[in-house]
Amino acid sequence: MNLLAGRDVTWRFMRVWQRNFIVYRRIWKINFLPPILEPLFYLLAFGLGFGSLVGKIVYQGREIQYVAFIAPALLSVNMMYNAFFENTYASFVRMYYQKTFDAIMATPLSLREVILGEIAWGATKSLMATAVMLGVVSAFGLVAYPHGLLILPLSFLAGVAFGAVGMVFTGITPTIDMFNLPVFLFITPMFLFSGTFFPLNDLPTWAQKVAAAFPLTHLVTVTRGLCLGIMSRDYLYGIFYLIVFSLLWIPLALKAMERRLIR
Amino acid sequence: MKDRQPPVIEARHLRKVFGDFTAVDDISFRLHRGECLGLLGPNGAGKTSTIRMVYGFSPMSAGSLRVFGLDVTTRWRSIKARIGVCHQENNLDPDLSVLENLVVFAGYFSIPRKVAKERAEKLLRFMSLDQRQDEKVTNLSGGMMRRLVLARALINEPELLILDEPTTGLDPQSRHQVWEKLDQLRAEGLSILLTTHYMEEASSLCDRLVIIDHGKILVQGKPKELIRQHAGRDVIEVFNPTNKLLRFVESSRLMHDNLPRRLIIYGQENDGIFERLGEHYCAENCIRRMATLEDVFLRLTGRDLRE
Repeated sequence: MNLLAGRDVTWRFMRVWQRNFIVYRRIWKINFLPPILEPLFYLLAFGLGFGSLVGKIVYQGREIQYVAFIAPALLSVNMMYNAFFENTYASFVRMYYQKTFDAIMATPLSLREVILGEIAWGATKSLMATAVMLGVVSAFGLVAYPHGLLILPLSFLAGVAFGAVGMVFTGITPTIDMFNLPVFLFITPMFLFSGTFFPLNDLPTWAQKVAAAFPLTHLVTVTRGLCLGIMSRDYLYGIFYLIVFSLLWIPLALKAMERRLIR
Repeated sequence: MKDRQPPVIEARHLRKVFGDFTAVDDISFRLHRGECLGLLGPNGAGKTSTIRMVYGFSPMSAGSLRVFGLDVTTRWRSIKARIGVCHQENNLDPDLSVLENLVVFAGYFSIPRKVAKERAEKLLRFMSLDQRQDEKVTNLSGGMMRRLVLARALINEPELLILDEPTTGLDPQSRHQVWEKLDQLRAEGLSILLTTHYMEEASSLCDRLVIIDHGKILVQGKPKELIRQHAGRDVIEVFNPTNKLLRFVESSRLMHDNLPRRLIIYGQENDGIFERLGEHYCAENCIRRMATLEDVFLRLTGRDLRE
């Protein structure tokens, strides 16, 4: 017997989203600072500092500045971080320390709705942070429009994908400290080896194959294309990958949380 | 109680099993409309497991459970819309203010914002928290937090209130204030299911009690009846009883508990036994008092520590 089987997912999950939004609004000024400052720091360091060492690089047959190469990667990493950290540390605090989920589950919401609301919220944070960061990066003339506008819906999709993974870890981690593990084994390698700071075609074939399994690789490719104003069918493949990835990890997240919380 | 409405809660042969541990072992009880029913038992007796099944938080392992005449396994959403729950641990939302805690919670019930705000303000007044509505929850005292949890449980105007140890950890003043509020709600006809291990709470608030231990129901009934049946009317406690007294108690088949250095004798009304005891066996080492629910509880659940 499963209390949560069947028709247990409705739009009520937006109530959980709403709760998080109300909290976010109270401290929005602090929430907006990282996506403004982070790209500034990175662009300064890599554009002025590192970029002069590297000079121009060739990407998809075009010669571009190194900053133009890494700006889309910064946007992508920002999407990943916002969703992943929201649905790991922040969701864990709400679940474990604040018992917020317990309280909500005494109302007409199901656990699945709570978890979906959390993932939708993580994706929204990714979207909001991306909107701010996109503004900053655009001011440096590093985003081609109107293509660049598609980065916004993309950031939501990416948020769902990375948030769902985060939620799985939240479902299985025994303590909050243990999040270090997925961060070092999953997030950091992706941050470095997803075609973020150097083009993947410089790597040996096996390494390219490993990188192709990372969701961040696909995200970076699509975002970079949109920033550079290149429209290509290949990007549909990347988007497809992110959708399938999400559809695989969301049920896993629900299952992990059910195992953890339904007793 | 002869109305056609189904009982608010009807639990039949309820079981809850965690691995090889049976937390709730074949429990059946009913809660009628307007009644306050107390689940009484030592730590780990199965009280919380039982009520978690009632409010649809935890799936039962066997048995059947109907709330408002609806099956909890299929109609949990409609049931949860009509009940209010106070959890044992404080789970107020520390990220929100006092008022927001109520308004956001009302959102989970899809109560329109305007109605939610009106109700929240009314409830804060009822709980004497209206002066604190903009404060952070973390600044409240333990008693205020409990009252806020209670206010939050009432935001959907529930027909059934479920309270899991509502006053555990409160100082006497706060505890009495919570009792007063609960008494008021009861007088207004709200049905209440509560768990507690405070005898005073159980006997003053509850119309009926179910005493459970090791997942099983030991007895159920009205507090006064339970006392009369299981501890008599009066009790004599004798410190360091003499062997002579012990022999007398044994031979006259009095209901008693022989504890280290202390003998407790339970007597019925007008049986004259206490007069005889007083004359022949007692000096200043005897105390005569009314039997209480605590006597019943300890007699039924034993005196071993539950940790």
